[in-house]
Amino acid sequence: MTTGLFLLILLLVAAIAPFLRKYLKHQAGWIYALWPFAGFLYYLSLLPVIQQGEILIESYEWIPVLGLSFTFYVDGLSVLFSLLVLGIGTFILVYAGYYMRPYPMKGRFLGYLLLFMTAMQGIVVSGNLITMFVFWELTSISSYLLIGYYHEKPEARASALQALLITGFGGLALLGGFVLLAIPYDSYELTTLLSDGDVIKNHYLYIPALILILIGAFTKSAQFPFHFWLPGAMTAPSPVSAYLHSATMVKAGVFLLARLNPVLGGTEVWSYSLTIVGVTTMFVGAWLSVTQVDLKRILAYTTVSALGTLVLLIGTGTEYAINAAIVFLLVHALYKGTLFMMAGNIEKKTGTRDIRYLGGLFKYMPFAAIIMILALVSMAGVPPMLGFLGKELIYEASVAAPKAHLFILTLGFLTNVILVFLSLRLAIDIFWGKEPVYDKKPQEPSLSLILGPFLMVLASFVLGLLPSAMAGPLTSKAITAISPLHDAIILKLWHGFNIVLALSVLTLLSGYLVFRYRHQLLPAIDRFNIRYFRREFTRVFFSMIDAFLVFTKLKTRALQHGYHRFYLMTLFVVASVMVWVMIWRADPIILELNFSDMPINLIAVVVLIIAATLSAVVSNSRVVALICMGVIGFGITIIFIAYSGVDLAITMIMVETLMIILAMAVVYHLPKYQNFSSTGARMRDALVATLVGTFFMVLVLQAGTSTLDAPISAYYKEASYSLAFGRNIVNVILVDFRALDTLGEITVISIAALGIYAMIKLTKKTN
Amino acid sequence: MLFLFAIMIGVLYGAAVYLLLRRNIFKLVLGLIFLGHATNMLLFVAGGLTNGKPAFIRGLQGETVGMSDPLPQALILTAIVIGLGVTAFALTLVYRFYKVTKTVDFDQLSENE
Repeated sequence: MTTGLFLLILLLVAAIAPFLRKYLKHQAGWIYALWPFAGFLYYLSLLPVIQQGEILIESYEWIPVLGLSFTFYVDGLSVLFSLLVLGIGTFILVYAGYYMRPYPMKGRFLGYLLLFMTAMQGIVVSGNLITMFVFWELTSISSYLLIGYYHEKPEARASALQALLITGFGGLALLGGFVLLAIPYDSYELTTLLSDGDVIKNHYLYIPALILILIGAFTKSAQFPFHFWLPGAMTAPSPVSAYLHSATMVKAGVFLLARLNPVLGGTEVWSYSLTIVGVTTMFVGAWLSVTQVDLKRILAYTTVSALGTLVLLIGTGTEYAINAAIVFLLVHALYKGTLFMMAGNIEKKTGTRDIRYLGGLFKYMPFAAIIMILALVSMAGVPPMLGFLGKELIYEASVAAPKAHLFILTLGFLTNVILVFLSLRLAIDIFWGKEPVYDKKPQEPSLSLILGPFLMVLASFVLGLLPSAMAGPLTSKAITAISPLHDAIILKLWHGFNIVLALSVLTLLSGYLVFRYRHQLLPAIDRFNIRYFRREFTRVFFSMIDAFLVFTKLKTRALQHGYHRFYLMTLFVVASVMVWVMIWRADPIILELNFSDMPINLIAVVVLIIAATLSAVVSNSRVVALICMGVIGFGITIIFIAYSGVDLAITMIMVETLMIILAMAVVYHLPKYQNFSSTGARMRDALVATLVGTFFMVLVLQAGTSTLDAPISAYYKEASYSLAFGRNIVNVILVDFRALDTLGEITVISIAALGIYAMIKLTKKTN
Repeated sequence: MLFLFAIMIGVLYGAAVYLLLRRNIFKLVLGLIFLGHATNMLLFVAGGLTNGKPAFIRGLQGETVGMSDPLPQALILTAIVIGLGVTAFALTLVYRFYKVTKTVDFDQLSENE
């Protein structure tokens, strides 16, 4: 009950947030943060229950006919993620309420942020694949709105569109993957899926489903080669970046992989694809961050790297790796949220976030500086921050990785060296480096802006100091949720002297050395990147979009050519070919040629009609064509008479006479026939005509040789005299039984007459 | 007789299709008329051919055995009348079309737009 209700109310808060903003004034952020904070406390209170190994499941029927329901599934993994989403979300709302003061449409911004929070919280508690997909798409849409918040800037619009297209594409793939995944289970429920992962693994749909789901997860979590949308997304306001990078959106892909690990994981394909993609992303992200100068862009690339690390760890799948993944997830959420919020603060106080124009800020904002430096220490993996534990575990997992551990270890080491270097560089350059001339004196950020970062760093510090007491309960059940075979390792700050500690020390030393010689190294790396990585992914992406648009334009022009006869031809050919195929497969028609039922006079009429038809078609004279039409009309009248259609014959005589007179009157005003088409075109059209004509011929033979019941007619025959007192049954049907149809017919004729009158009489004289 | 009618209906549909694919707008209307004829005959033949027994009730209680099926005839009757309306409208449209555009060629029209 509670999880669903909580989400619903969160959604309502998001909906009314924009309208209440003007009454709540500057306190809006604080007030809106109350509900997420309540949720945070609720999930915190669930921890002891979850520790017992309990799983809370709620289900609400949605479309019972299709077997769809909103199911919520709360286990250790969900609780850990919920705490991150709602806890960091609370800080973000407080921060955003203050941060966005100078900007227009603050209310709407807070609404989007709450919507984003709802979507992400929905993903992590989903117990049904379709439920999860709905929330998944909601994160794509709300992130589009948030990234493109500064919509006057073309750059922001492009980034938002790029994020939407990439994650939207991934979302589609994910939906396909979910549908395939559900086929062997005949259920979308997570409980069914988690109960037996071997069903899908032994099914032929495993590989297609896996590929599609991985595309979904990799696009969302910005894995190489889809990583480029994430650095682009830092055009969003800082609260969004902080939230998007730490707890939401990009973590959704990681969450999905963790959630489905018991179902899909453990196979060769799974571990190879995750390992390769993860390692590549981890290194590429770190490498590209080295030469950046925009503070937020540096942080964005390190997020890419961190996401790669998480994917790699889930792919590795050993006990150490899963432990490392969960701990690192927590570590990263805490320091990345802090760093982005601090980046926003620095930009706000100094007017720039280009690190070349920042320096000496320690004396202006010592408190903020200490917070940011502690977050950077966590990023560098230095004790006693939680980051140290994360890095230790990653090294342990890499050393013990079952496959290619040397390769993973090398790239992991290089990545960590880069992180240490970046931490040193950001800390020292920004807070002590050469001081530029600031427009106005930078000040300490106010409480709303600093509260979140402070508490998150504090959490990171406490969790790092007391790992087994504090971090253990948070993470242990999440770990068993990802991988039921593995236990949580008891977290310790001090592991004794071993290879991992040696690696840590070596990392710190190397990072320091890179920092020491950065003035020599950075230009070289820059030159290297310009030479080999010149093609930016963003540009490639947009040129692909452009090419796609050109292609669709060509396709539309080819299909929508504007010639009526080719539209008709398509219709005729497709329809008749399809029916021909059906005729081909049907039973053969047995035709008895009985010449005794072919009176010579009727044969003559039919021959006459055929001859008149052919000459009407080929004639070069319009008058001859019309005379032929008359012959055909009266020929048909004779057939009606011969086969008991007396009323039809009478009507036909009148209609044909009128029609010919009318046509003659029109022909008088029209020019003579001209030769418009080439012989080739005529032959082609004749071929199409033959195809359709012969198909109808076969159809008539089919219809004529099969007998059908006529229960409706039997009733009319019975009732015509007894009920309607009419002896001519056809007339009785028209004026009595189906009188409304006849009224409709009269209406049609009247409208036609009105239209004709209008066309002839009511024409405006136009020049 | 069915076989002969089948050929005739096939020819009528063929003629309709061929004329509908012309560029001359007047021929298009002829094609429309042919389409109407062909479909009426298709319904008539498919409804069963009964020689010389119209659907009339004779006598007080009436003998209905062997009588032709009235329902397809009622349908065709409606179709014939509506066909007249459509054709008359189309012919007038052609007339106006020519008055306004001074051409009966569809392709000419698309180039002049």
